[in-house]
Amino acid sequence: MGEIDERPFPPGEYDVVVVGSGPGGLQVAYSLARAGIDRCAVISRDDRPGGMFRRFPVYQRLISWTKPDAPVARGTREYEWYDHNSLLGDEDGHRALAPVFMDRQLDLPARAEMESALAEFAERGGVRVRYGCEWESTRIEDDGFALVTTDGEYRCRACVFALGMTEAWTPPIPGLEHAPHYADTRSPEQYEGRSVFIVGKRNSGFEVAQGLLPWASTVVLASPRPVDTSVLAFSPLRLRYLQPFDEHVRGGSGSHVLDASIDRVERHDGGYRIRASGTTWKGELTLDADEVIAATGFRTPLRDLPRLGVATVNEGRLPAQTPWWESVTVPGIFFAGNVTQASSGLRKHGATSSSSSVHGFRYNARLVAHRIAETVFGKGREARLLEPGQVVGFLLGELARAPELWSQKAYLARVVAFDPTRGIRDDGIVPLAEFVDRDTGDACAVAVEHDAGGAIVPALYVRRDGRLAEHVMPPHPLHAFDGDDYRRELGARLEPLLA
Amino acid sequence: MDEPTANVVETLASLSLFGDLTHPELQAVAHSFDEEAFAPGQRVLRQDVSGGSFYVILSGEARVVIDGEERAVLTRGDFFGEISVLTDTAPTADVVASTLLRCLVVPDHDLKPLMLSRPSIAYRMLQIEARRLRAANAWAR
Repeated sequence: MGEIDERPFPPGEYDVVVVGSGPGGLQVAYSLARAGIDRCAVISRDDRPGGMFRRFPVYQRLISWTKPDAPVARGTREYEWYDHNSLLGDEDGHRALAPVFMDRQLDLPARAEMESALAEFAERGGVRVRYGCEWESTRIEDDGFALVTTDGEYRCRACVFALGMTEAWTPPIPGLEHAPHYADTRSPEQYEGRSVFIVGKRNSGFEVAQGLLPWASTVVLASPRPVDTSVLAFSPLRLRYLQPFDEHVRGGSGSHVLDASIDRVERHDGGYRIRASGTTWKGELTLDADEVIAATGFRTPLRDLPRLGVATVNEGRLPAQTPWWESVTVPGIFFAGNVTQASSGLRKHGATSSSSSVHGFRYNARLVAHRIAETVFGKGREARLLEPGQVVGFLLGELARAPELWSQKAYLARVVAFDPTRGIRDDGIVPLAEFVDRDTGDACAVAVEHDAGGAIVPALYVRRDGRLAEHVMPPHPLHAFDGDDYRRELGARLEPLLA
Repeated sequence: MDEPTANVVETLASLSLFGDLTHPELQAVAHSFDEEAFAPGQRVLRQDVSGGSFYVILSGEARVVIDGEERAVLTRGDFFGEISVLTDTAPTADVVASTLLRCLVVPDHDLKPLMLSRPSIAYRMLQIEARRLRAANAWAR
């Protein structure tokens, strides 16, 4: 007799199977349990919770804030806006766990602090996971799916893949396959005195560059896309971008940031020779470097899902998704975690979602759990009814303080429906694109957005008699969107619906 | 079955809008903008909603719909959203995917810099707009 396997969720029949135990998987599993889905199995090939935060970022510091003390009390809903790294708890002891572990050297948690907070959430929130169980392949069945794993087969009506973008991705540049990927970057001191060429100018490229500045003799970053400094100034990535970029712009220190397509990478005299062509300048360059690092990003390990018909974007790196984070081609396959960035919403003035970070995708995960409960299992939530006199004040409060609207600007909205028979109903937080595109009854939605000039503004959408009207309101210097001017405008715009 | 755009650069190279760009320039365009895929029936551009983008169809088909009535069908290589971006007004039509649709998405504030930095794209756009105008005039006559 072998040892008794004490892990939860043996292979078998379930309502939903969640694959993954990073922040996306933990949040969706937690929320599914509270949405009334009792038979939900969570499986993971890892040996403990945390997903990518068990290892990344390489240089051990996150870029999104958690303010241990804030203008509102820890553990309240409003506090979530000040704490971008905790998962969402429905009960008191499950909320605001990231600040508990922070040593306050910065208002950005260290990687290990983040990992501890995620493990604590799983523990306190009762999120059980079958670890060491790797999903291998998938079949579509008459009434759902079969997931083949290293432990056996799971059958379910719907599945949620919270896989992260964990597979190193290297573009098809001749010779680049010989260079190590960002994921295999060594500790900075091992680059002492070396000349380093980094392929890629996104997050991971600049993260590595910044880490190497005190050690390497030269650091060159190159990729076809130019650095957009106007966008950069507002990006959380500026913490990493600005130091290497600043040194390049000032013309010193051996740092260079190049707009160039890499034609080929050759092994040369114990190092590398890189041939590149300018994209924003005419000409070609040949550079020698001791080290090349491919900071070219990651892809979702989708395994056989594309063969099942799951459409992808971005050269196969992400699954294409509806506004409810369902595969655009295979209904019943849902996604959670940072892959939900591929569902980009309305993209108003180019703004995509915050779904590549915990503070954005935690809300997507909660919504997708309730969506699955409602549309696959018929377990809708009891909607709260509002008196006509409550509507304007309620919406103003949401515009001023709702963490969902502030974290997912122009992406998530608060919806109130005006049902002629049942009355005025709080329809909760929904994807803004879904509200704009739905074709049902009189309703309104509020969202926090950026206007064309980049200012944060409140927006109201009113659907009446099948016609949608958009009202983007002016900004406020303190973002006090519950003030009298906004109250008057909302009152006037909603009057026909409230009458 | 979906045909993924395994190589966006090669796809762009085959579209007349980008026909004059060198390979490095195509790479810069492909790396600067996202590709997005839409399910059949999903809206891409929305009548009366501001802040929309400029879209170039990489594969699939879309319908142009005004007040619920279909006005045109768009296919690979066609583009839309530019009038709303260039005139800074909300679109006057919906564009709805009629098959699985793949587009390159250029945000509103990026279109002008793109046209000014790669004038051949602006020239090709103008050429195509002129053809559309001629067709519309012939139809109106």
